[in-house]
Amino acid sequence: MRTIFEKIWAEHQVADLGGGTELLLVDRVLLHERTGGVALESLAAAGRKVMAPGQVFATMDHVVDTLPGRGDRTIMPTGTAFITATRAAARAAGITLFDLGDPRQGIVHVISPEQGIVLPGLTLVCPDSHTCSQGALGALAWGIGSTEAEHALATGTLRVRRPRTMRVTVNGRLAQGVTSKDLALHILARHGAGGARGHVVEYAGEAVRALSVEGRLTLCNLATEFAAFTAIIAPDDVVFDYLQGRPYAPKGARWDQAVAAWRQMYSDDGAVFDRTITLDAGAVAPMITWGNSPQHAVPLDQPVPAFQDVADHNTREAYDRALSYMAVTPGAPLVGLPIDAAFIGSCTNSRLEDLRRAAALLRGRKVAAGVRAICVPGSSRVKAEAEAEGLDRVFLDAGFEWREAGCSMCFFAGGESFGHRQRVVTSTNRNFESRQGPETRSHLASPETVAASAVAGRLADPRLLEV
Amino acid sequence: MTPFTILTAVAVPLLRPNIDTDAIIPSREMTSVSKKGLADGLFAGWRYTAVGGRVPNPDFVLNDPVYRGAAILLAGENFGCGSSREHAAWALAEYGFRAILAPSFNPIFRGNCVRNGIVPVELPTDAITWIASTAAQAPRTRLVTVDLRHQMVTAPDGGTHSFSIEPEAREMLLHGLDAIDLTLLRRAEIQAKRQADRERRPWVYL
Ligand code: SF4
Repeated sequence: MRTIFEKIWAEHQVADLGGGTELLLVDRVLLHERTGGVALESLAAAGRKVMAPGQVFATMDHVVDTLPGRGDRTIMPTGTAFITATRAAARAAGITLFDLGDPRQGIVHVISPEQGIVLPGLTLVCPDSHTCSQGALGALAWGIGSTEAEHALATGTLRVRRPRTMRVTVNGRLAQGVTSKDLALHILARHGAGGARGHVVEYAGEAVRALSVEGRLTLCNLATEFAAFTAIIAPDDVVFDYLQGRPYAPKGARWDQAVAAWRQMYSDDGAVFDRTITLDAGAVAPMITWGNSPQHAVPLDQPVPAFQDVADHNTREAYDRALSYMAVTPGAPLVGLPIDAAFIGSCTNSRLEDLRRAAALLRGRKVAAGVRAICVPGSSRVKAEAEAEGLDRVFLDAGFEWREAGCSMCFFAGGESFGHRQRVVTSTNRNFESRQGPETRSHLASPETVAASAVAGRLADPRLLEV
Repeated sequence: MTPFTILTAVAVPLLRPNIDTDAIIPSREMTSVSKKGLADGLFAGWRYTAVGGRVPNPDFVLNDPVYRGAAILLAGENFGCGSSREHAAWALAEYGFRAILAPSFNPIFRGNCVRNGIVPVELPTDAITWIASTAAQAPRTRLVTVDLRHQMVTAPDGGTHSFSIEPEAREMLLHGLDAIDLTLLRRAEIQAKRQADRERRPWVYL
């Protein structure tokens, strides 16, 4: 009786290196121009070669800007050097590059599922902490550092300390208007940003199975904010249907063979986890963050919590610091706080389904005066599909900027940021100090909440807007 | 990589929890496609008076002359959380840090430390607070010792605190080894495993 994690781990095990560390086969390596270029260059400088270039993919997402008509010149100081160096290194190494202007370009964790690069049962690594997103497809996918990426590139393996296992079972169904982003923030608020440290988290239960692949990607995306080694969801027909026909997914007889193997990728009844958590989906409400850690989240209709209500996972000092940084008051409502900006994008919430849901609220409405609203599709393909449905018009007519695909203002990407101390409602994953600009005050929420707030000019509850 | 056996050095306290890699090195400071030239950007948001500036903020602990040349960092829990950027470890190493004592580390960051010759030492919060308070009386003379061979930290008051570290990380740090070289010693084993896997899971191979 084994967990899905144990099955994948065993299948990839080359050698036990002692002390809990094992040598594992790595099936896919993904790179982006900010950390991947360094890995490729440093590898070449050491006179080493990429062992299996066919299994390695690179994209441009972090440094490139997302302004219409963009090119190698970018606002980020010295950014052009990252772009050109990554391009040259990718060519020299013979790996596949989704370059600027390529219709497959986009945020690495968005394009990997989209292109069928990540598949159930694979091991996949990328020098980027949100690689955990891709566990949504039933792969063991985790973030590494650049030096580890060099190791994976040169040897097709990694030396990995075996994580412990944890299952988070979400029973019941999420209520109407409650998204997987809200579920992820709910889990973080309840169990703390360190709640899954050292564990690979399997998300299971009726509410998780009911999520689309896109919704699952959002849920798994926030596993790094939960300090997890990574997250994984057992693949099912939802995943197989999603993958069939994708460019790098197997075809024909290979497809059938693969699906037969993937159907074995689940945790056996009676498999033992080091930890288990069970929660009720019905208790999850739309969430918003009030502080500087993703665990600083509350239901949208609740006030900023008092210290005694969050004391489990916070020190007094961190709590006070977050309050003063965010300029919020315990006991005061969050809904109604005036905002300067609204951002829909990032590997958390920038896929077609996210844009559709936000657009449904924006249709026929206008962004409040004085609010800067930006929508950045997660990939060039998402952008093209959204445009084919006319979603770009909905965003533009409402007063949103409509951008090229990339990480954008999730973190200053492309060299842009929000202004000093601006209050931003954002569909991203990190509300850390100055993440989105100098002393910028970021409130994490679902795309719906971002859209509703953009219209109201203040933090707002999307359930109160009629579609 | 320089081998690490034993180090006696000035220890600088930065005890707040959840210091993330954006704080260790802000994005705007990562301006070159290189592992070098990052030390100036270390803790830039706190260390300088203005964004992008280089005027030292006198209130930030690293700018206190008594901590000049510090090679040991005393930190709070969940140190190195957030973005997986290895630049955080590169910047710390280039600045001169060889050991970080914290109650817990982000796992990716922890791995990056080991690969860059920094010893991640996990000790309980009260041990770290105690070490910090005994060192604070006279940081330049009340030094802290990290002995990796014996997995032991000696506080300025002579008190000892043992710590655990996985054997693989310990070996790499003690001998300054490159993990790729270590792994390539197993080339035959890796190839055999790949070959068998290729037959079992042909769809994996592009
Ligand atoms: S969108 Fe944001 S979190 Fe995601 S990969 Fe890009 S920078 Fe990282």
